[in-house]
Amino acid sequence: MPTPSLTEYLIISGLLFSIGLGGVIIRRNIIVIFMCLEMMLAAASLTLVAFSRFNVTDKGLPDYDGQMLVFFIITVAAAEVAVGLAIIVSLYRARQTIHTDELTSLKG
Amino acid sequence: MPSVIFYIFAAMMLVGGLMVVFMRNPVSSALSMVLSFLGLAGIFIGLNAYFVGILQILVYAGAIMVLFIFIIMLLDVKDEESHPRKGLALTAGVLIPVVLLIQLAGVLVTDEKSPSAPALSLDAAAEDYQQDSVIYKKLSSGSLPDIHLIGRKLFTEYNFPLQVIAVLLLVATVGCVALSRKSVAQDNHDKGSDIPDRG
Repeated sequence: MPTPSLTEYLIISGLLFSIGLGGVIIRRNIIVIFMCLEMMLAAASLTLVAFSRFNVTDKGLPDYDGQMLVFFIITVAAAEVAVGLAIIVSLYRARQTIHTDELTSLKG
Repeated sequence: MPSVIFYIFAAMMLVGGLMVVFMRNPVSSALSMVLSFLGLAGIFIGLNAYFVGILQILVYAGAIMVLFIFIIMLLDVKDEESHPRKGLALTAGVLIPVVLLIQLAGVLVTDEKSPSAPALSLDAAAEDYQQDSVIYKKLSSGSLPDIHLIGRKLFTEYNFPLQVIAVLLLVATVGCVALSRKSVAQDNHDKGSDIPDRG
């Protein structure tokens, strides 16, 4: 039974990253933009896990350094989401909107 | 992992991602994101990264998405139907990722012989560990104790980053509480407006 090669993992990781990037550019709702950012982080994690599995150490185990980095990315992402959503809530309190088109205080 | 299962999970992940971008209602976007991350977790498990796969489901699909949905419902966001999409943003949002993908594909195509996943040799790896340890027993019985291996690495080689991340989580918690508190000035203003009402 054929197994997927490293290139396939990297391609779908790149696809997920591109979808997230497109979402950040297209959408106008800050919460959805934030979700797309999470998706881009997840795509990077997929690359790291794939490299960890394909780079088997001399002893015959996966290289766990990559998975450690994913562990830390997930932790930082959780902290980032909590702070980011708190910022969004206080933004909504101050301006009554979360559409990026209507947030133009910095526009000259 | 056989290619067929890989493609099923990859399709699940990518369709979920596309639905996040193109669903107009933020709640549908959040639920599509759960679908996307379930597919991603399936791919992780197929890569023998069982711990990371479970973590992806628990943290992303379980905790972060609940937080997102909670905030969406708290703010009662109107969907974007009242805001027509701008052609420029749509064009740029399709064009820039496509350019990125073409670049990526161009790099990956040059690698003509892409490797399949190399086999793991669990028996050989077991010899490095003590005979009575859980890692040794599991490795010699032919299963991969990746949680034990990650935990071992986390508390030896990555001990300092672990403590840094603990401080980061504490700072994030304090930051959230500070951000969601009403500001003192606004509080005074509210009290000031209360008094004339009563009078």
